[in-house]
Parts: sequence; structure tokens; C-alpha cells
Amino acid sequence: MGNEFMRKSTLLCAVSLAAVLATPVAAQELTIGLSSEPSALDPHYHNLGPNNAMRRHTYDSLVLQDEKQQLQPALATSWKPVDDTTWEFKLREGVTFHDGSPFTAKDVVFTVCRIPTVEDSPSSFTVYTKAITDMQIKDSHTLILKTAKPYPLLPVEVSTWGVLSATANGVTGDIGFSPDGCTGIDSYPKTQAFNDGSKAFGTGPFKFKEFTRGEKIVLERNEDYWGTKPHWQTVTFRPITSNGPRVAALLAGDVDMIDKPPLQDLERIKSEGFEVAQGLSNRVIYLHFDHEQEPTPGIDGTDGKNPFKDARVREAVSKAINREAIVARIMGGVAVPAGELLPQGMFGSTPGAVHDSYDPDAAKKLLADAGYGDGFKLVLGSPNDRYINDAQIAQAVAQMLTRVGIETEVDAMTKSTFFARRNKYEFSLYMAGWGSGTGEMSSPLRALVATRDKDKGMGGTNRGRYSDAELDAMIEEALATVDDDKRESILRQASQKAMENYAILPLHYEVTPWAYREGLSYTPRTDQYTIATGVKPAG
Amino acid sequence: MLVYFLRRLGQSLFVIAAMAVLVFIGVYAIGNPIDMMISPDADQAEMEAAIARLGLDKPLWEQFYIFVINALQGDLGNSFVYATPAVELILSKLPATLELAFLALLFAIFLGVPLGMIAGLRPNSLAGKTIMTGSIMGFSLPNFWQGMMLILLFAVILRWLPSTGRGDTVDVLGVPVSFLTWDGLSHMLLPAINLALFKTSLVIRLARAGTREVMLQDYVKFARAKGLSERRIVLVHIAKNIMIPVVTILGLELGSMIAFAVVTETVFAWPGMGKLLIDSIQALDRPVVVAYLMLTVFIFILINFVVDMLYCVLDPRVRLSEAKA
Repeated sequence: MGNEFMRKSTLLCAVSLAAVLATPVAAQELTIGLSSEPSALDPHYHNLGPNNAMRRHTYDSLVLQDEKQQLQPALATSWKPVDDTTWEFKLREGVTFHDGSPFTAKDVVFTVCRIPTVEDSPSSFTVYTKAITDMQIKDSHTLILKTAKPYPLLPVEVSTWGVLSATANGVTGDIGFSPDGCTGIDSYPKTQAFNDGSKAFGTGPFKFKEFTRGEKIVLERNEDYWGTKPHWQTVTFRPITSNGPRVAALLAGDVDMIDKPPLQDLERIKSEGFEVAQGLSNRVIYLHFDHEQEPTPGIDGTDGKNPFKDARVREAVSKAINREAIVARIMGGVAVPAGELLPQGMFGSTPGAVHDSYDPDAAKKLLADAGYGDGFKLVLGSPNDRYINDAQIAQAVAQMLTRVGIETEVDAMTKSTFFARRNKYEFSLYMAGWGSGTGEMSSPLRALVATRDKDKGMGGTNRGRYSDAELDAMIEEALATVDDDKRESILRQASQKAMENYAILPLHYEVTPWAYREGLSYTPRTDQYTIATGVKPAG
Repeated sequence: MLVYFLRRLGQSLFVIAAMAVLVFIGVYAIGNPIDMMISPDADQAEMEAAIARLGLDKPLWEQFYIFVINALQGDLGNSFVYATPAVELILSKLPATLELAFLALLFAIFLGVPLGMIAGLRPNSLAGKTIMTGSIMGFSLPNFWQGMMLILLFAVILRWLPSTGRGDTVDVLGVPVSFLTWDGLSHMLLPAINLALFKTSLVIRLARAGTREVMLQDYVKFARAKGLSERRIVLVHIAKNIMIPVVTILGLELGSMIAFAVVTETVFAWPGMGKLLIDSIQALDRPVVVAYLMLTVFIFILINFVVDMLYCVLDPRVRLSEAKA
């Protein structure tokens, strides 16, 4: 009976395989299963990964971040700083929006005016426009942007928002720009108008066709696209948030491609004749210490002292962790050990930066020197559903620390609880991740290790409350240096300084996988976005 | 009769009020929605602005007060994530869930009742034993696993049916439904079977137990003695009398199929209310979770009411005793 069943299922497999091979490749139609659905198709509604990736299909920005997050010309053909606080953008001529209206400098002004007005935006794009203090239209295709201070991140920031048409939204006269509210605009389009398509006019490679929340987003090729026209006539995105069913949908041939297949399924996917693309991402997984509280929560056996205030203890933790083992055993080789907060080759990373090598004896010695020869007890906080294999990584770290005398217990929890507790400083050591949205070192340095300062907008995610005035000065200097070479060298120094002091411990960089049927190819992106223009028929 | 209904109404209102307090406090005790929604790039000023915009900086009692005042006016708040009214969002997902639940209900009735009766009439036959063993499987295998196996078998290996999603829909009176197109039906079949398996097993057991009990009743013996055909005895005298427990249970189960088809809808990426609930819980979209649970309470109360009415129709004794009360 059992054998017969086996034989039958093998036969069925063979039959189904034959069916796959016989199916003609559907011409110019692509269906992608997504692990997370954008909350809206309004390009300025929600500044978050899934929305930003979807936005790229329909709405171009002035500057484009390519697969490696390098800046490339898009709606702007060139840009340059005129002086420290003035930038000139030359705009592309002959571009039209999906409704036929021509693209001019006025559309960019309209877009920047609209961004602060989006109602109920859960995460506003104003973080990327508030540096702009004035906009002047020099001529129809030349735009002058002013900032209050020298602001080198301006070209990166204008790459994060899509441009809307002023004409399609009823603007006939001139627009008077002001950061506090523009003049000459009667009304701004509502978020709903982008979801139902009535105002969904961008200049992007795809046009809006259909959106049913929870079911599908359908886009069609923009035949008048100014750049390289995409291969696909129609692209359908289907949200399939659970990992198992998403893989099943790929194996069943219901979708051509999926993002974020689980690492443990990669072998199975490959063995069934599908292909996997994987590439280094901009996301680092790190451990952050409590540098502030004394006593600090979750630590026992130190007479109320916070051991992590001693740099030797932090160094000991770093040396106690075998990063290669984590990558090899837990991540199945699909990750890269990290010695910095940004992978090699990205802006501001130090060429040849290496991580501490695994040395438990040195770690024990450092602990003894610091007066913790008998070790202490520690609780390591970690999410269990946010990063790839996060809870398992935390378990491994805990075992490694216990081996050198720091008896560590893992407190892993769902992300919504974890981030709330972390932000209330309930952990003396926690594991989290950071993706550099701008693709340069200033992003993790400013967010994770700069002193928390609301007025300067620094240290937003520095929940270990690390504080080093010299480092702050370097980061601020970098953020005010418009010259790219100079800025990069300052960022490298700042990064090395943070690493030398063990302000934070990078563990590894995530590698993002995509899986798709035979006959396709995808260029992996460091920003982990899934973008249909990057999917091409192989060969 | 009137007193009875007034008492029922009072009880229902109390349940709704108690649920409002429990749900609100329970949901608001978990996490901070801003952490889930805001871009990590946002600085502290931006975060505080977002918190203030959603009213999360106010004390709990004040948030609850605002919620109650708005709820009394029929407004259960706006989704944090989608910025649309929570009730509207939930209702937009209702048709997908309803048609799935009703198809599953049909499976449960038209498979469960006949199979259960066969097992009850011939408990020692091969058919009877097979049916009972099958129903144990339906009970004990986890819903999630059943769903994955259905996908693996029918979608991945056999490729007869699509694995996930809803397929083509047709608008009927402005409501999108899938059961009118073949593509829609084929998408619906696997999740409906998945949802129905447990209920079918339940109905089989109820119908079997009922049949065995009713067969021994005097009126069945009398009907036999009177010389009525077996067909008439089974279809009229037995079938009608085993329906009371079946209707009670199915009524309650229909409620849970509508409100908590979470597992099935997640496994099959079916864009219904259960999927919305789980997504909203994960995103800490509090207004949607609260509105959802309030709506669920309402649906359960409504179904219970309808079930009570059905009793009256099915069982004359209920009618009589109610009339006396």
C-alpha cells in the first residue's frame, strides 16, 4: 500500500513536471507573490519598504537609486551644488505623465508642496523634504533647491519620493513655494484617488490598472516611457504573507516569482527546477548595549553595576561571538559576517574592515581584567518574527556568551512587543537590525550611535543611549560636508571610532533571496525591494 | 414572549458593553503602533508628531472615553494603517468571508448529515466504521496542516486547483462575488473544504448520535408498526428530529467560520476578514482589531437570535412553552 502510494506520487510528480515543461511561457505577463502588501498606492502616504518598492513602478523620482543604491539620473538628468546651500537640478525634457501632461519643474514643486499635506499618513515623507527651504523654477526644466544648512544628503533624499503632475491635479497658474504651505494650489489629491486610480498618474515605467486590497495590484506597461521600456505588458502583484503558502504558490505555478522565500526552503525550491537569486542587502543585524542605566534591567550578579559601561566587557562580548558559525549554521551561508554597520563597497564603509575573530580565551581574560572573572547573568532581548531567523541567532549568541561566563537567557518575542519594550529601555543587551535607506554610512551612524537629540534629529534608534561627543561632532561634520570624497573619509573615520569603542556590535549583513520560475532572471537589490523592471527573461 | 425578547436584548447590550471594555483595554495594552508603522528613518520629532496625530499621547481613560463617544455615534474609528474607517474596511472584506463560510456550511450540511445518518443507521457496517474513522481524522488533524496538504496535493502535485488567492469576481448589486465564475469557484474550493472539514466531522458525530437515539423512540417503532416505508421513516421522522442539535451547533459554528476563519484565510491568502484581523493584530492597527471584535460580538448575538427563532420553527414544543411564558 505504502509503496504503491509512493509510486503513484512519483508518477504524479513526473506528470506534473511534464506539464510544467509543456506550458508555453506566458508572453509578457508576470505575476509576483509578495510577502508584504503596500498599505496604499499613494506614493506619499506611507514611508515604508513595501510602499516605496511599489511606488517605483508608477512614479519616477528626480534621482534613481539603482540595485546597489548608487544614484543615477532619472527625471533629473544632472544635479550639482551651486554653493553649500544651493543645488541646481537639470530636468529631463520630453517626458509625459500617464495622463499625457508634460513633465516640468512645476510638477516637482507641486509634489514637495503636497507631501506635508497627506492626511493621516502613518509615516510621512516630510523626513525627506523638510531640508528644502526654498524652490525656484529657473526655467521649465531647471530647478533650484535651497537648504538652510549645507546638506549633502539632498540628492539621496529626492530619490525617495515620486513626482506627481501639477496639471493633472488642477494647477493652472504659478505655485508659490513655502515650507509652511504653498500658494496657487486649490486642492491636493486624496490618498483614495491613487488607490482607485483616478489620479494615479506618474511618469514611471508602469501605469496603474487595478488595485483590490488584499488580493492584487495590476500594472500595465507605459508605452510612452522615457527610459528603457519594461519587458512585461502586465504585472500582477499578489500579497501572500505566509511563507509556506507563498512557496507553494510558486511551486504550483500560480505565481512566476516570490520575494523572501524562507532560507530552509531554498534547497527544495532549487531541486524542483526553480531558480533563486540572492544578494547582499544594506541591513546589518547588531547587538546594542545599555550604555546608560545603572543598575540595568536583566543583569544579575554584578552588585548593581552595569558591566557594559566598561569597554573591556563589550570587547569580550564581541570576541565571544563566533560570527562565522552563526552565518554557516543558522543562516545556511546566506549572510555575510559584519565588521561594520554597512557592507563593503557602500558609501562610507571602510575597505577591508574586519570583525573581531572568535577568541573565547581572550574574552574570558578581558572579563577577568574588568573584574567579572566569575561572570554575570544576562537577559538578551530579541524579536522572533522580524529578521531572518532572528530568534535562532539570539539563541546562538546566548550559548556563546554563556561559554565565556556570561550566563545568558534569551527573551524572544513578537516584533510589536519587542520594539515597544526596547523603546522603553527594558533590555541591557538587545538584538535588532538596521537597513540604510540612503545607502550610506551616515544613516546607521546617525540613527544608532549618535547621542539622542530630538532637536538635531540624531540618535533616533539609539536605544542603548550610547554617547560620545567626539563621534557626534564627526557625524555632524559629515552631514554638513557637501563634497562627496571628504564626506566619505569623515564617515569612515567615524565608523572606525564607533567600532573601536565597541559602541555597538555588528553581527552580520542579511542576504536577500528571491525565487522564480525557470526562464527568468532578477538582479538582487541591496534595498531588498522587488521591482518588476528588474525581472527579465533569461538569455 | 415580549418579556423574553426584552430580557434577551438587555443581556445582549450588557455583553456588548463588557466586550467593549475588555477588548479596548486588552488591545491597548500591547505594544506601540507607531513602532510598527513609522519608517526607521524618522527622527524623534517626527515620531512624536505621529503619536500625537493618532491620539496615543493621551491617557488610556481619555482614549477610551473618545472611543465610547464615537462608538455611540456609530463611528468605530479609522484604521491607523489605511486611514479609512475601520468598519468600512471590515465590511469590504465581508463578502469574501461570507461566501467562503456559506460554501463550507453547505459542505458541512450536505456531507455531514447524510454520512452521519448512514453511520447511525448501520453502525457496524464497513461504511459506518469508515465514516466514523474519517470524522476522527477531520477532528484531530490541525487545520493549518490540512490546508497545506490540500495545497500540496491539489495545487502543487496534481495542479487541478489554484493554490491561493481569490480569482475572478463578478459584481452582484455592487458586491464582488466569486461563486459565479469558474475561476472564482475553483479558487474557493480548497479553502472551503479546509474550513468545512472540522465542521463536517462535527455534524457527522451529532447526526450519528441523534439517529441512534431517535431510532429507539416509540414514534419510530410506531411508524414501523404502521407499515410506513423505510424511506419515509428515515427522511421525515428521523431526519427532522436529529436536526435540533445540528442547527444549534452549526449556527454557532457559522459564527466562528465567519469571524475566525483566520487560519484558513491565512493559509490560502484569501482576502477575507480573518486575514484582515491577523494582519491588523500584527500591525497593531488597534481601531481595526477593536471594531472587528465588536462586530464579531454583534454577529454572534445575531446568529444566536436566529437560532432561537429556528428552534420555534423546528420544534413545536419550544413554540408552546414560549407562548406560555
